[in-house]
Amino acid sequence: MIRVTLPHHLRTLAGTSSEIALEVPAPITHAAVLAALEARYPMLRGTIRDQNTGERRPFIRFFACGQDLSHEPHDSALPEAVAAGTQPYRIVGAMAGG
Amino acid sequence: MSKVRVLVGTRKGAFILTSNEKRKRWSVSGPHFAGWEMYHLKGSPVDPNRIYASQSSGWFGQVMQRSDDGGQTWTAVGNKFDYVGDPGTHQWFDGSQRPWAFKRVWRVEPSLTDADTVYAGIEDAALFKSTDAGQTWEELPGLRAVKGHLWQPGAGGMCLHTIVQDPTNPQRLYVAISAAGAFRTDDGGATWRPINIGLNSGSELPDPSAEVGHCVHSIALHPTRPDVLFMQKHWDVMRSTDAGDSWHEVSGDLPSDFGFPIAVHAHEPGTVYVVPIKSDSEHYPPEGKLRVYRSRGGGGEWEALTDGLPQKDCYVNVLRSAMSVDTFDPCGIYFGTTGGQVYGSSNAGDKWSAIVRDLPPVLSVEAQIIP
Repeated sequence: MIRVTLPHHLRTLAGTSSEIALEVPAPITHAAVLAALEARYPMLRGTIRDQNTGERRPFIRFFACGQDLSHEPHDSALPEAVAAGTQPYRIVGAMAGG
Repeated sequence: MSKVRVLVGTRKGAFILTSNEKRKRWSVSGPHFAGWEMYHLKGSPVDPNRIYASQSSGWFGQVMQRSDDGGQTWTAVGNKFDYVGDPGTHQWFDGSQRPWAFKRVWRVEPSLTDADTVYAGIEDAALFKSTDAGQTWEELPGLRAVKGHLWQPGAGGMCLHTIVQDPTNPQRLYVAISAAGAFRTDDGGATWRPINIGLNSGSELPDPSAEVGHCVHSIALHPTRPDVLFMQKHWDVMRSTDAGDSWHEVSGDLPSDFGFPIAVHAHEPGTVYVVPIKSDSEHYPPEGKLRVYRSRGGGGEWEALTDGLPQKDCYVNVLRSAMSVDTFDPCGIYFGTTGGQVYGSSNAGDKWSAIVRDLPPVLSVEAQIIP
């Protein structure tokens, strides 16, 4: 199972708890995890990535294992710890000050 | 006993204000969609408990919501707004051309005749229609064919913010776009024509009477006189008596003819309301006095309505979608401010009181009667 965490507003939108467990078919990539997430929670379509291009929204970040993976290609493999379910794939809203 | 429901969209969520016909005591529910920008919510005239809402965020983009129980519960519906074909480019501030791109939904306008049909006005400016209660959206691309390459954004974005339906002719719609102007279709949205003759934008445009490019802020009509339109333009309050074919200025003795919303009394087709704002450089009421102005003669001569409104040190704005009337008798009128107040009057504007005072900045106000 792949563990995914969402920012507050997307948890509220999806009506889910802080961490989600997803069945994701191999290979475990950004695109595969997001596709599984959107299949289970259709209301999240368009809120994390563009519905047509698959491009990450500008103020969304993808973190895992202490790394910022936001700029990795969609089809790049996620770290082994994410694929094994020992570390979460973190979807994060960028910081905003003011 | 009938009730009135006032749907309030704010920068940080939506609020629903409810009262009875007396409109003295109000209940407030919310925030709904806390933390999200709620550009507009509006109920279906066919089924008042069917409410459509535009929910957006700089982080998470656009979500569309629908309620079938008067706002108690909500369902996320379709949020895919794809332009038909290659939308090409429009003019940018610096004169260059910039690709058309969806940014957000400014306006939801439920059909007057079918609860499952709803229009959406979006930025970058285009009109979309759903006939399945918001699940899917299809553009009416003929609008962008009306010199869309010459449209350019106003400071708030190139948004289609006003959609007005002719209650006597389902084929006729009006829309307004910042900063492109007003447009009309007489064939259900297939083809459109600009309706900007008589508008004068000498301060904003090199050609003051250009066919497109005017910064129209809002348009309103009374259902019994659908050919009479009232417009609050960037500067100037305007009236048309021929369905927008021509416009005439009716700013008259207003202290400022700059402003955003305009509304028509529910039972008096010639009674119209505006909220003068000092200028396009200073978005607050003249002299720090929050005044609604009412004309009983379709413009020209205006009276200040001040009872219950702050008459000193008031520097809020009232945005284009933030004023609405109910259809009780006497007519109720409501408006929200960027300071978070929602004011209401149960006697057509003679006296006002704050229903709520400390909401986030108010983006939209829509009143509806619940039988």
